[in-house]
Amino acid sequence: MIARLFSFHGGIKPDSHKNESSSLPIAAAPLPPRLTIPLRQSVRSVARCLVAPGQRVLKGERIGAGEGPLGTDVHASTSGTVVGLAPCAMAHASGLNTLAVIIEPDGKDEWIERRAFDHHAVPREAALRYLSTCGIVGMGGAGFPTHIKLGNGRGIETLIINGAECEPWITCDDRLMRERAAEILSGAAILHELIGARRTLVGIEDNKPEAIRAMREAATGFPGLVDIVAIPTRYPAGGEKQLIRVLTGIEIAHGKLGTEFGVQCFNVGTAQAVHRAIHHGEPLVSRVVTLTGNVRHPGNYEVLVGTPVETLLALAAPKPDTDRYLMGGPMMGITIADLSVPIGKTSNCIIAASPALFPPPPPELPCIRCGACARACPADLQPFELYWFSRAKNVGKAQEYHLFDCIECGSCAFVCPSHIPLVDYFRFSKSEIWARERELKTSDQARERFEFRNYRQEREKEEKAAKLAAKAAETRAKLTGSAAPTDAATGDDPKKALIAAALARAKQQAAAIEPRNTDTPHAGVPGASPGIASRREQPDLHDSDATS
Amino acid sequence: MIHSPYIRKPASVQSVMLAVLLALLPGVTAYVMQVAAVVVVNLLIATVTALVAEALILTLRKRPIAPALSDLSAVVTAWLVVLCFPPILPWWVTVLGVLIAIVAVKHLYGGLGQNPFNPAMVAYCAMIVAFPSLMSQWPPAGQIDFQTQLDLVLGGARQLDAITGATALDAMRTGLRTSGASVESVLQQSGTFGAVGGRGWEWLALGYLAGGLFMLARRIITWHMPVAFIATLAVVSGIFWLAEPAHFAPPLFHLASGGAMLAAFFIVTDPVSGATTPRGKLIFAAGIAVIAYLIRVFGAFPEGIAFAVLLMNLCVPLIDMKTQPAVFGHRGSRP
Repeated sequence: MIARLFSFHGGIKPDSHKNESSSLPIAAAPLPPRLTIPLRQSVRSVARCLVAPGQRVLKGERIGAGEGPLGTDVHASTSGTVVGLAPCAMAHASGLNTLAVIIEPDGKDEWIERRAFDHHAVPREAALRYLSTCGIVGMGGAGFPTHIKLGNGRGIETLIINGAECEPWITCDDRLMRERAAEILSGAAILHELIGARRTLVGIEDNKPEAIRAMREAATGFPGLVDIVAIPTRYPAGGEKQLIRVLTGIEIAHGKLGTEFGVQCFNVGTAQAVHRAIHHGEPLVSRVVTLTGNVRHPGNYEVLVGTPVETLLALAAPKPDTDRYLMGGPMMGITIADLSVPIGKTSNCIIAASPALFPPPPPELPCIRCGACARACPADLQPFELYWFSRAKNVGKAQEYHLFDCIECGSCAFVCPSHIPLVDYFRFSKSEIWARERELKTSDQARERFEFRNYRQEREKEEKAAKLAAKAAETRAKLTGSAAPTDAATGDDPKKALIAAALARAKQQAAAIEPRNTDTPHAGVPGASPGIASRREQPDLHDSDATS
Repeated sequence: MIHSPYIRKPASVQSVMLAVLLALLPGVTAYVMQVAAVVVVNLLIATVTALVAEALILTLRKRPIAPALSDLSAVVTAWLVVLCFPPILPWWVTVLGVLIAIVAVKHLYGGLGQNPFNPAMVAYCAMIVAFPSLMSQWPPAGQIDFQTQLDLVLGGARQLDAITGATALDAMRTGLRTSGASVESVLQQSGTFGAVGGRGWEWLALGYLAGGLFMLARRIITWHMPVAFIATLAVVSGIFWLAEPAHFAPPLFHLASGGAMLAAFFIVTDPVSGATTPRGKLIFAAGIAVIAYLIRVFGAFPEGIAFAVLLMNLCVPLIDMKTQPAVFGHRGSRP
């Protein structure tokens, strides 16, 4: 049982704007004329394409095989014909492209043969592998593969199901909890078992009373499994670290993961997807998306993964003064650069923006150090100090003041009376630091290569000199040996002396040479060899980069 | 391209400054009613001076003028200069004070948000060093009619000694230095004193307190600085008073006299030149209280807060650096 709730520092209370869409039940979005299913559906992993143009696929059929430990499979979200493979824009701030399978639906929406998976009958690893073949990734934010997050089945005391949904406008999780509470809890039970948790908590912000009620009712069907906890409505309560803090009081240390503190967090959507995969044999091919904002018909739709945003938008009928579209919430979402971008497994909301709803920020004024940002920061940072350092491009100092603890939740920029886009400054500083680190890495590699070349040349010279000296000594020894055979017994000594002298000369030469393009002067060139040795141990850095 | 967050709280520097001006109104009202109605004229002179000076220097600096003028920060500075100056100063002293605050302290350091020192306090210190006699003439409550006040401010008629008196703080200090005097006897001798502080002036202290509470409620300021300042002033003066009640005035007298309440809520809390971390704010405000008390009781000036503020302004970078709060995930705490 929950003894008490904890709180995190800061946070804000923006207008929730959930009423626009929260009363609208989840409806199935119609089949789009074309589906663009990106082969990159989970972090750091692009699936290997398994289909060729012209091929007919069924709903739920594998079209991409996940590669590497972080890979998850990709599936056709409806039945139809593969008409092409092409790069498509991703729903990501970078606007990068990724390879996608384009499918023309045949309108039948015909499933593959679905069979429930008895996760009790197989070893745990097999169950995890099954989830990865079902393409289950976190549907709350980053899309991290679920089978990885389930870990080794030990050491997790608390499993948290995240139903906080703290961003304004978004209601997909709210509707999911109201309408499919039993499925979520069934999924939670599976996750509970697979992760080896001792207790499971569901955190829901208290501005969703219907969702809380529905979940509590459903929880009676799972006696003793979960506690449904209403948490205070305060953005960003749905941030993983913040939610863990509120529910358990545990503060996940910097650079650590929840697992190290015996707690792991999954989104309600993920739990439901796990239920569908295990009990119905359905891979993750659709998700609930909220369409809202400056539209005539806001709503919540069950949308097939790969549905282009533009075809989806037609359902909501955006008003004419819409000037752009956001994916995600208004606090952390991104502007959609290209409306052909497909809905992915983490796309929770599309907001039509108008100048009236989201007015452009007033001009930036000087910071008056009022500290409102520091009072709002859920990471206990001093954003105005970070801003100062970022402006001055003093990225070292910014790092010292824990720039990388910024979760970019936007609370500071939200409250700033000077309208300073603080988060943008922090993003800039972070990218600056990454760029410098990359540069440093390449220059380090160049230096190591150069030093190794010098070292090798020196070594070759040394070896040559030693060889020559040995040869000379040998001939001299032969000569002296033939002239005075009595000296044969001591013939070794002059030879050795000659070799030693040659070696000393070579060493002297080596010491005299200094590496020219180095930041840190080396004592001697051979000193570089540990670096070289380590480089040799991992023979192809570049290859491994390319394949990951 | 505009990046997240796409929504903003309807807050602005202008609304913050407007709230500060509103919060000053109860104190100003008490000023007008109890001490010198001419303060309104001074506020007007100072406001105009501040806006003109701001506009001129922004032109020189080739910066946009409209946003800086409309943020009202110059008006706040002007008002604070007036409220810490004696009310019957000739107009040009007020003008000079405001010019120092706006031009030298604010803009020579780079404008709003950049000044390491509190502009109003630098103006006060500069003027009291430059014009010690003018800056020490405070009118006793209700003794001078408005016409005379106006003549003093605009005409510079200076037959002052007859009509001005020492402030409560000054009367107490000089009174205690005569042999055989005690706090009791000083309080009885002079008509300068009211119930707890200077006669009439104690109402101003109440007015500033009310304004301060308004700002706290509106979250314009945090509790740290006023509480630390008031508590420290009370504790330090309380220790001396308890040790020797005859020679040291009680805490309440110190809190209700001079600029204590104005400072606690409006001067010490200046975000630009003050400490910013929660612990730093406590240290900063407490330091001001200690130094101000020492100058009041043992120093040569009638009031010590201005010097105390500047001295603590100097320490702000160090205080802030040493009091950075622990960042989430760096405390290593488990419940």
